[in-house]
Amino acid sequence: MNVSNIYIDLFRENRQVIDSGISPILNGCREAALEALQKYGLPATKQEEYLHFNAEELFRTDWGMNLGRLNMPVDYAEAFRCNVPNLSTLLYYLAGDTLVQSESAARVQTAEGVLIGSLNSLAKDYPELVGRYYAKIAKMERSGIAAINTLFAQDGLFVYVPDGVVVEKPVQLVSLLQSKVDMMVNRRILVVLGNNAQLKLLLCDHSIDSRNALSVQVVEAFVGSGSQFSYYDLEETHTANNRINELFIEQQADSSVELKTITLHNGKTRNSIFATLAGKGASLNVDGVAITDKQQQVDNYTYIDHKVSDCTSSELYKYVLDQESQGVFAGRVLVREDSQRTVAHQTNRNICLTRSARMFTQPQLEIYADDVKCSHGATVGQLDDKAMFYMQQRGISAAEARTLLMLAFVDEVIGNVKLEPLRDRLRRLVEKRFRGELGHCEGCNICK
Amino acid sequence: MKRNDNTDNSLVREISNEKYKYGFTTDVHTEIMDRGLNEDVIRMISAKKGEPEWLLDFRLKAYNYWLTLEMPKWAHLDIPEIDYQNISYYADPTVKKDGPKSLDEIDPQLMNTFDKLGIPLEERLALSGGVAVDAVMDSVSVKTTFKQTLAEKGIIFCSISEAVREHPDLVKQYLGSVVNYRDNFYAALNSAVFSDGSFVYIPKGVRCPMELSTYFRINAAGTGQFERTLIVADDDSYVSYLEGCTAPMRDENQLHAAIVEIVVLDRAEVKYSTVQNWYPGDENGRGGVYNFVTKRGHLRGVNSKLSWTQVETGSAITWKYPSCVLSGDGSQGEFYSVALTNNYQQADTGTKMIHIGKNTSSTIISKGISAGHSQNSYRGLVRVAKNADGARNYSQCDSLLLGSKCGAHTFPYMDIHNETAIVEHEATTSKISEDQLFYCNQRGIPMEEAIGLIVNGYAKEVLNKLPMEFAVEAQRLLAVSLENTIG
Repeated sequence: MNVSNIYIDLFRENRQVIDSGISPILNGCREAALEALQKYGLPATKQEEYLHFNAEELFRTDWGMNLGRLNMPVDYAEAFRCNVPNLSTLLYYLAGDTLVQSESAARVQTAEGVLIGSLNSLAKDYPELVGRYYAKIAKMERSGIAAINTLFAQDGLFVYVPDGVVVEKPVQLVSLLQSKVDMMVNRRILVVLGNNAQLKLLLCDHSIDSRNALSVQVVEAFVGSGSQFSYYDLEETHTANNRINELFIEQQADSSVELKTITLHNGKTRNSIFATLAGKGASLNVDGVAITDKQQQVDNYTYIDHKVSDCTSSELYKYVLDQESQGVFAGRVLVREDSQRTVAHQTNRNICLTRSARMFTQPQLEIYADDVKCSHGATVGQLDDKAMFYMQQRGISAAEARTLLMLAFVDEVIGNVKLEPLRDRLRRLVEKRFRGELGHCEGCNICK
Repeated sequence: MKRNDNTDNSLVREISNEKYKYGFTTDVHTEIMDRGLNEDVIRMISAKKGEPEWLLDFRLKAYNYWLTLEMPKWAHLDIPEIDYQNISYYADPTVKKDGPKSLDEIDPQLMNTFDKLGIPLEERLALSGGVAVDAVMDSVSVKTTFKQTLAEKGIIFCSISEAVREHPDLVKQYLGSVVNYRDNFYAALNSAVFSDGSFVYIPKGVRCPMELSTYFRINAAGTGQFERTLIVADDDSYVSYLEGCTAPMRDENQLHAAIVEIVVLDRAEVKYSTVQNWYPGDENGRGGVYNFVTKRGHLRGVNSKLSWTQVETGSAITWKYPSCVLSGDGSQGEFYSVALTNNYQQADTGTKMIHIGKNTSSTIISKGISAGHSQNSYRGLVRVAKNADGARNYSQCDSLLLGSKCGAHTFPYMDIHNETAIVEHEATTSKISEDQLFYCNQRGIPMEEAIGLIVNGYAKEVLNKLPMEFAVEAQRLLAVSLENTIG
């Protein structure tokens, strides 16, 4: 049976359960999602974008889904081990797709008009606001993932920052997976920034147990004119954890966006970013780091659409692949006709540490305007022999020299993280990762 | 069978349109097979060429496999539906009205054609250039020069039909060994209906004393050209091979689906240069040749070397990826390309470097130039197999945009399975520098010439790889193709 049909049938049988207690805004988009899923199906390896990521196989697994929204206990204390020291954030948890506000976040008085909370409840309270943005840029004809997510979406996070408001504290969302059965979780995040607003959003994916899991997450972000948005996506799960994340972002004039995707530990991960530069003078920076070993897979796909003139985009992805892991990077930059004076740079650098590690990279430029400066570069190689020799000669052991070089390699991305406490934390995590002390969180022993 | 009496006044047409100066047709009596493709047509082609049974079998197998395929759609090209039954698969310009078929008695009109193209068929003329030429018009090889001189060294350079007759063992051993008939849609089609092309065999230890060259020309209307070239360089040998192509200007589209197979054995070196100037269609995108070509070299020997150089200025649509399979240890593959598209031309071209042997290296330098409303894509694959220790690749793909209505695209693929590989890819896209143009203008160089100058400088890295005579022609070609691009 066609994989998408499994979910279509599931949806039809449980329509009432899915809809009950959920805002009409979310429910109202299900028909269109159903249609799109029927028409386009789920991604298959036949499609070039999914050539190296077998999403079909993942979806075919018999996952449990908490459609009835039963209360599943989650041990939040566990998650505290994963926090970022010295970084005071507005902390929220998503247990499955249910939003839980931390006490610290509840105590903080955010500026007037700022909304941070459960997508479902805010959609009920502000149907007009959420309805204006929900499922508007997550193009379902382009991605079966957006379709299936919209079909089953029941909750997630909604952040609204009105015009001219600066949210000083970063908003941190820790997504936790804890379940007694193999679970598929559908999460939906919607971020809306008005004009001249500022927001920093930190997403952390964690698992508290070692069950098999598939999380399907769709993020939609609207960034108004002159706004600044930073988005950090940190994944530290375990090898049985699979994740498909799609981020759709639309930027208006003179806005500035920084997206960082860091995969430290995972099973199979697919991150797609669809960015549209829709206003003149918008600038976008997309970076990523993936550190993999065992049979892990990390597949980053980016699509940057320079819709108007005078926009800038830059991309830097770095992979360190060990053991039998597989890395995929496919980036496409589209410069449309009349998008003159576009500057777009794309770089992907990779280190394969073993013979069985495999890297596939595909940086692509599609350019229809002439007054542009576009470039891309990709390399696959090893650590510099000369540098290794130099360090050993100075009495640094080979293992230490290797670690130092790898740290330096990924620091080009991590060193650029603007949030200082997060940067320090990431450096520490990466170092531990390279030293083989895999526990990402102190005292956490799930991830081996 | 029918006769095609072409009464166009070629001279008038030639003068009236200088932009594509090879756009004349030749008034020769050509035997053209009826349009359409089926097993009978294939049997007929095979019978005409007096082919042995195994070759007919090969063709039929390919044809039956082709029937199961669909036209590939993955390229960044907008290819109109092609009616494969509306093409004639065989046209022979050497058949005289009454006279007997003979390759030596060449129709003087035909000689004129090749003279106009600047191809010295007369051997005494060729002496100065030192180039041996095999000229292929439509489906038949017209004449091969310098055969005798080459034969003394044991070099075989002849049409593939002749090779099938004279050297069946060699052909049987290597034909289809690099590009299998199951390779792709066009390869299957070509394997079924290929007519002529060149066969080159360089024996052990022989350095070919002159450039070998084949000139391809489509003349007859409503035909396709399906030539097949096979080059075998035995141990320690060297050859430099040139290929040129032109076609008349016609409103209809003509199909050209060729296969080039190159086998390079131990320590041998092959240099393959192409100046592709098929008719690109007029400025409104009407007519032009569809150039769907499979070119591949298999570097079987240790320390063997294959270098592809191409200058692509012609064809309405180009779909072409000259590739190297580097299976010999220490083998080297090179790909140098300049692809220029203007008006409504479309090109999706690049290379594949498949590293299999140890310590193999490859270099890719690709320069794309798009003007007018054209779309120009680079598509290239670098694959390093698991046991290809010490593989090294360097790719550089630059695109130059002349005008705001054209597109330049880069689609590199890198698939690395070995930790010792060093693979680099770099690409840039930009428009022609205003500063450089201003500098030229200011020194009294008019705009059009300035563009020609800058483009030639940009392409120099590749043009330098061409043999001298070809480099001059290629440079001129770039300038001509760029005419009227300012706007």
